[in-house]
Amino acid sequence: MTPVTVAFWGVSAVAVATAVMCITRRNPVASALYLIGTLFSVAVLFVLLDAQFIGVLQVLVYAGAIMVVFLFVIMLLNLGRGGPGDMKGPVGIATAVLLASGLLLQFRVLRQAAPPEAIRLPEGALVALQRERGVVGAVAGPLFGEYVIPFEITSMLLLAALVGAVVLAKRRL
Amino acid sequence: MLLGPALVVSAVLFTLGVAGVLLRRNAIVIFMCVELMLNAVNLTFVALAQRIGVAGHVFVFFVMAVAAAEAAVGLAIILAVFRHRESVDLRDIDLLKG
Amino acid sequence: MAATAPSLIWLAVVLPLAGFVVNATLAFVRPGARTVVSVVGVGVLVGAFAFSAAACAALAGAPDAAPIVFRYWTWMPVGDLQVDVALRLDHLSAVMLLVVTGVGSLIHVFSVGYMREDPGYARYFAYLNLFVFFMLLLVLGANFPVMFVGWEGVGLCSYLLIGFWFGEKVNADAGKKAFIVNRIGDCGFLVAMFLIFRHTGSLDFAEVFARAPGLLAAGGATVTAITLFLFLGCTGKSAQIPLYTWLPDAMQGPTPVSALIHAATMVTAGVYLVARCGILFALAPASQAVVAMTGAVTALFAATIALKQWDIKRVLAYSTVSQLGYMFVGVGTGAAAAGIFHLTTHAFFKALLFLGSGSVIHAMHHAYHATHAHEDAQDMRNMGGLRHHLPWTAALMWIATLAIAGVPPLAGFFSKDEILTAAFARGAHDPLWYGIWALGLAAALLTAFYMTRLMLYTFHGPNRTGEPQRAHLHEAPWVMTGPLVLLGALTVLGGLINVPPLLHGGAWLHEWLAPVTAGATALLPAGHLSHTIEWVLVLAAVLVAAAGIVGAVVLLKPGALVPARQAVPETGLGRLLWKKWYVDELYDAIIVRPLAWLSRRVLWETIDVRVVDGLGVNGSARVARAAGWLGSRLQTGQVGVYVAVFVVGVLAILTAALR
Repeated sequence: MTPVTVAFWGVSAVAVATAVMCITRRNPVASALYLIGTLFSVAVLFVLLDAQFIGVLQVLVYAGAIMVVFLFVIMLLNLGRGGPGDMKGPVGIATAVLLASGLLLQFRVLRQAAPPEAIRLPEGALVALQRERGVVGAVAGPLFGEYVIPFEITSMLLLAALVGAVVLAKRRL
Repeated sequence: MLLGPALVVSAVLFTLGVAGVLLRRNAIVIFMCVELMLNAVNLTFVALAQRIGVAGHVFVFFVMAVAAAEAAVGLAIILAVFRHRESVDLRDIDLLKG
Repeated sequence: MAATAPSLIWLAVVLPLAGFVVNATLAFVRPGARTVVSVVGVGVLVGAFAFSAAACAALAGAPDAAPIVFRYWTWMPVGDLQVDVALRLDHLSAVMLLVVTGVGSLIHVFSVGYMREDPGYARYFAYLNLFVFFMLLLVLGANFPVMFVGWEGVGLCSYLLIGFWFGEKVNADAGKKAFIVNRIGDCGFLVAMFLIFRHTGSLDFAEVFARAPGLLAAGGATVTAITLFLFLGCTGKSAQIPLYTWLPDAMQGPTPVSALIHAATMVTAGVYLVARCGILFALAPASQAVVAMTGAVTALFAATIALKQWDIKRVLAYSTVSQLGYMFVGVGTGAAAAGIFHLTTHAFFKALLFLGSGSVIHAMHHAYHATHAHEDAQDMRNMGGLRHHLPWTAALMWIATLAIAGVPPLAGFFSKDEILTAAFARGAHDPLWYGIWALGLAAALLTAFYMTRLMLYTFHGPNRTGEPQRAHLHEAPWVMTGPLVLLGALTVLGGLINVPPLLHGGAWLHEWLAPVTAGATALLPAGHLSHTIEWVLVLAAVLVAAAGIVGAVVLLKPGALVPARQAVPETGLGRLLWKKWYVDELYDAIIVRPLAWLSRRVLWETIDVRVVDGLGVNGSARVARAAGWLGSRLQTGQVGVYVAVFVVGVLAILTAALR
């Protein structure tokens, strides 16, 4: 039981707890805040898993930008209060619990979780790469190298999203 | 090393996200649960990156970018719908009926 | 020519068919062309008679009595079954041929006068010609299927002609009744054919009758079944118990039709069938007893009904049923020649009686029509004293009456006597036949009685028709009276074709038919009566006939009758006889009503409406609609529902993939 493992389980517990709170609060603002909590915890998990860059990105983009947009929209639509109708009735709850448990059951396959031999790298390969190119450089290298085309397409996607969001939210087209 | 536990956590988070989508009526909260699901998937990718390589991180990068775009557009749609129906309750948005 | 005359026999069959085609066409395009129709309609019959006579003459002149079979083409070659369209000309079919075409020609001539004013003139002759065509197929057929085609065909024409004036429901009903009752008998015929093919491997007359004695055990169940089913067909076609009820109703048709079809030809088809299948019946003594007993009982039964009928044609109809019974006694006894003899003589005097009554009805109709009255022209209570107005008809009908009563030396005496003698002779082996003889004798008594009654009420005594009508009653034109005269001559002389040895005759018909009946006769127990007994029987028959006539003259008072409209209904035994022993009502109650109930309640209301319509048609529609409704429940427009379904789908795929 290394300290890393302990920390990992602890942060995981926080993540799961905040996620449960997120999906069960009546008030949308509360849900949003709890979700931010979850995102933070996941960011910590990222760091514990040697993905420091991704962890920082998580905080900056997800928790920072996306959740802020969410909160802006909630405020804009004046949904701050949250009403009784926001959760489904008993039938809905039963359905949800049933289906979710079913889904969780399916994930039992994760017991034997290990990538196949063919693509498995040696133990410390990732860390070695990071030491060599730097934490950011390890990701940036392939990003502008192998995956430059998806990168460019993503930029187009962002442009489309930008235009779409502006048009959709216009009061008068 | 932490692969197994990470995958378990990601599975639980994903299931919670699905439960949330099924449980809630508020469109924005449902959207938030979708984000939760995306995060669970990100966690999976990052966990596996220890074995497969930095491609896992690159994938997470893209997922985040797309999630951001999706969040912007989706919320714009919800805004537009709200202007029509004065409500983001899923019960009131039934134009697909029939 | 003489040698080839038989090969032209097909012309005798086809000419009436051609007549039908021509007359039917005329009925559609030019119904008013009476002259053409008359010439064609009568001409084809006379032509057929000419060809028949020539063929028979050639047959008579042939050195041996072998039957001549003409095969025209193969009709049904199916596995072991080989059925050809073939005609068989032998001594038996020759007799039938002459009777059908000869008497038929006379009746066609009579019809020219009788149906003169009818708008359906062309249609009438078309049907009549078609009938003769089928009847000739029946008697000339060389195998059972061809005969059956004729059998069915004459049934069809009977229906068409009985219901000739189908505008009135009672006529159409009578036609339907005839056809349906016949059909029941036809089922018997069909079953018999199936059995015959099954057990002898053929349906050709020559083959079946040659193989039968070897393949079928004498007195066995098979041959008895075959013959009984054949006889069922005969009871239908020849109006015996239990399927006789259609014949009296058939009187709704025109009177010449009654004469031709229901007296001389169609109803004799059953007798012909039994005679033709003599070998089969000889192998089954039990069936013979059934045939003869049925014939005897029917003869007496129908005679009792005739005693109390007022419609002149009804009396003659029941008389026909009764005389047919005699014929069946004849062929049932194994004395096929006697049965055919009576068939021939009966054709003469019964046709004469019917055509004579047609003459009477014709006159009565004229009288009522001219004075705008609406009385029943066929009811004897409206007649009386008509010998003053229709002397020729009266005289000729008296000849026929004496003949049917069995007064010597007219035709009926010889034929009836021969049948009764044959029955008595068989009594030596089986006392049952004495009973049959006694029934026949009793029926003869009644026959003489009711026929005399008919003559007394119609032609003698005071006239009840009414003052204004009397002036219009007159004899029929010569086109109608001429055939009557010819038939009268045949009635007088017809007996001479078969005078028995007892009376120093040559029994020519018996000898003529011997080649055909020999096979059957050989299988039967020989019956011999001493001359004394034969004379006693003859005297008994004559006495009975005389008693009947005298009794009628003495007991019946024509003067006490009143016209039909004022007549008091019968009571007691008279009512029972007048109501035909309520047999029609009985059939209606035990057969017709249950069947109608079954059809309406069970087959229609339950099965058709509830099961087929309700469950099948409407039910499947309801199921489809329900399935659609179920499906529509998914289309709520609710995103939440869609998501839930989505997740269910994902779960399913995962379950399948991760198995």
